[in-house]
Amino acid sequence: MTETTDVLVIGSGFGGAIPAYYMAAGGARVTILERGPRWGAAQFSHSMRLGTYNKIVDVIRGDGVSVVAGNCVGGGSVVYFAASLRAPSYAFERHGSIGRRMWPASLSRATLDPWYDRVEQALPVAHTGWSDVSYAGGVLAAACRRAGHTCNPVPVAVDTAACTNCNWMLSGCAFDAKRSMLLNYLPAAEAHGAVIRPLHEVQLITPSPESGYRYAVAYTVLDPDDYTCTTNVGIIHAKVVVLAAGAVGTPVILQRSALLLGGIPGAVGRYFSGNGDHVSVADVDESKAGSLLGLSRPDGTVYQGLPIGRPITSATYDYLDPSAPEYSRFMLQQIYFPPLTNILAQTTGAPGWFGVDKRRMRARWPSWLTLLAMTEDDNEGTFGVVPPTGGFIRLAPGLGQGTMSFRPTTRTRQAWDRADTALRGILEKDGLSRVRPWTEALAGTVTAHPLGSARIGDDPTTSALDDQHELRGFRGLFVTDGSAVPASLTVNPSLTIAALAERAAIGIATRVAEAGVTMTGGVPLPGR
Amino acid sequence: MSTIDRRAILKALTASVAVLAAGGLTATPAAAAADVSEGWTTQTLGAFADTLIPGEHRFPGDQVCAGAVTGPGAVQAGVIDVMNSPQLPLAPLLPEIAALLDARAVAYAAVRLIWLSPSRPPFVDLSFSHRTDLVSGLFGSGDLDEPVWQVMSLIVGIAFDTAGQSDTAAALAQGHPGLAWLRFPEPDPDGLWRFGDFSYGRPLAALHPATTPSGSPA
Repeated sequence: MTETTDVLVIGSGFGGAIPAYYMAAGGARVTILERGPRWGAAQFSHSMRLGTYNKIVDVIRGDGVSVVAGNCVGGGSVVYFAASLRAPSYAFERHGSIGRRMWPASLSRATLDPWYDRVEQALPVAHTGWSDVSYAGGVLAAACRRAGHTCNPVPVAVDTAACTNCNWMLSGCAFDAKRSMLLNYLPAAEAHGAVIRPLHEVQLITPSPESGYRYAVAYTVLDPDDYTCTTNVGIIHAKVVVLAAGAVGTPVILQRSALLLGGIPGAVGRYFSGNGDHVSVADVDESKAGSLLGLSRPDGTVYQGLPIGRPITSATYDYLDPSAPEYSRFMLQQIYFPPLTNILAQTTGAPGWFGVDKRRMRARWPSWLTLLAMTEDDNEGTFGVVPPTGGFIRLAPGLGQGTMSFRPTTRTRQAWDRADTALRGILEKDGLSRVRPWTEALAGTVTAHPLGSARIGDDPTTSALDDQHELRGFRGLFVTDGSAVPASLTVNPSLTIAALAERAAIGIATRVAEAGVTMTGGVPLPGR
Repeated sequence: MSTIDRRAILKALTASVAVLAAGGLTATPAAAAADVSEGWTTQTLGAFADTLIPGEHRFPGDQVCAGAVTGPGAVQAGVIDVMNSPQLPLAPLLPEIAALLDARAVAYAAVRLIWLSPSRPPFVDLSFSHRTDLVSGLFGSGDLDEPVWQVMSLIVGIAFDTAGQSDTAAALAQGHPGLAWLRFPEPDPDGLWRFGDFSYGRPLAALHPATTPSGSPA
């Protein structure tokens, strides 16, 4: 029997779940294909045992870059750290390396603000205060103040009343406090009849031979115990396709489909950005933190709080200066990663990331303070030869070999250097800590914020999508995930991806209606 | 369709093959040592892990752990168990990887006129400082086998820093050397973590003047 749907959504993170809800609530038959498994609070474990978190999070190694990405129903929203920030106005005005504004003329911070408003209500986003800031975030804030800088609590998509500050966000939220897509857009879409199919990995998009259907999408069904094994295959015909497989997955699906689609825009698989992500570890001197910052915990210790509290709680906005030149603006944010990433931290001497001194540094692990600089990179990433299946070659659960290459340009390196200098000015002042960036020896540069690999824009040569997120030359084929974001935002991109997906839903609904589906307008926010 | 970059194809293939397939590794000087015994494999990979995260001698005369420090390292934290974990498809490749490292050690020793004993794996026979020097050279070289050492290093970290072979609460209860070394916090009795005290709870800096009502930058 031929499988059909009105709207096929590929991926169930922010970019997929949001259009899925609006199309289902508007009256379309919606099918969501998700590569990863469907887990909920009962499956999310507080454990670093292999076979737990690495079933829903992938580290995808490329050439010079590694990407951390979600692999489950809800996508990145399940495993991310929930920092929910609007991108600063200047981010939309960037020219990058192409010599002209990268964003479409129709988009700016002002035009996206109403969509940010909607997402903040729908998730919802909590406006946090100092009582929400962890000890780690507090050390950054106090150090900022002492160095003459401001520092802000970071708004988060978390029910702070339900949150236990357990710091296991990368494993999914066992308390359903993190407001992932599992708690808002996806159940709302299902309430309107959308069907979510986990462990369905899309391989190919081709023109459909079925009358009334524009695209045929080929998928494989993955074995839940071994994602490298296929248990079934299928094809589903759709009137409209929304591609939201993530900035590493989406371009690969399009590249694999290029021949059968009759060619794809040249910008697919180019202009890949890691959001300028650049992580450092500050090895904090506890006595200095007490004497210089005047900090003290109830039990009398000064800090020793790296593993305590939500992973992102504070950031300084002082370097988001709209009058500063491009590649010199960045956010410095306190962040926590599970000790999985300890191997990347560096001592101040050789060999840096391993050996006797590094082991000694590990003994001070509770006194580490991890910092994420989100800078302006050069969109210098490209995607190479398409792997046989999926978005990458799976080496092990949670580990893949991707096809992306990222060779940081001088401008990207300068942006990182400026962030490093600023960070040292704040955190090394008077010997408060020693700060070193993560090594690039093991994984290249590491990003949890892949962007730009099939981006929106006005220039067909440098953007794969038009300003409505439609793939150029392919009516009814939309891309709404991080791939569509034209460039680094210098803040965590989830809220922008979500706001863009909200906005794109209007154009998608228009195409669905053109395909003969009766659509109703005025769909309320999910759960309203 | 865009022009395919032939160099990119070759690089992607070699990177994948080097990690995935023993066949990729047999193209190296390791082929001569491919019949190396399992005992040697464990010793060599243990010594590699001990170079990254050193530990004390486990017993008098221990050669695998160089004894560069007192206290536990990756070997004591169970790195060999993790490498052989059924959760990783690595076990069949370990003899090849160890042989590759031993081949590196032979080459390293040869150019430095270091005498190696035939009674133990060449890498194990190197001093801790020589092991450190050799391992440093495995990275940033652009060699075809660099992805192998990168993945192996990540696994060493998984063993020591995350007790990847065990549930975290159980590993803590059993005194896992790596988690204990980090002073990883204890869970509540139900095995879940909650932090009632997590914040200094007071303003610690001025807010940026251009902050929006929702807490974002302007």
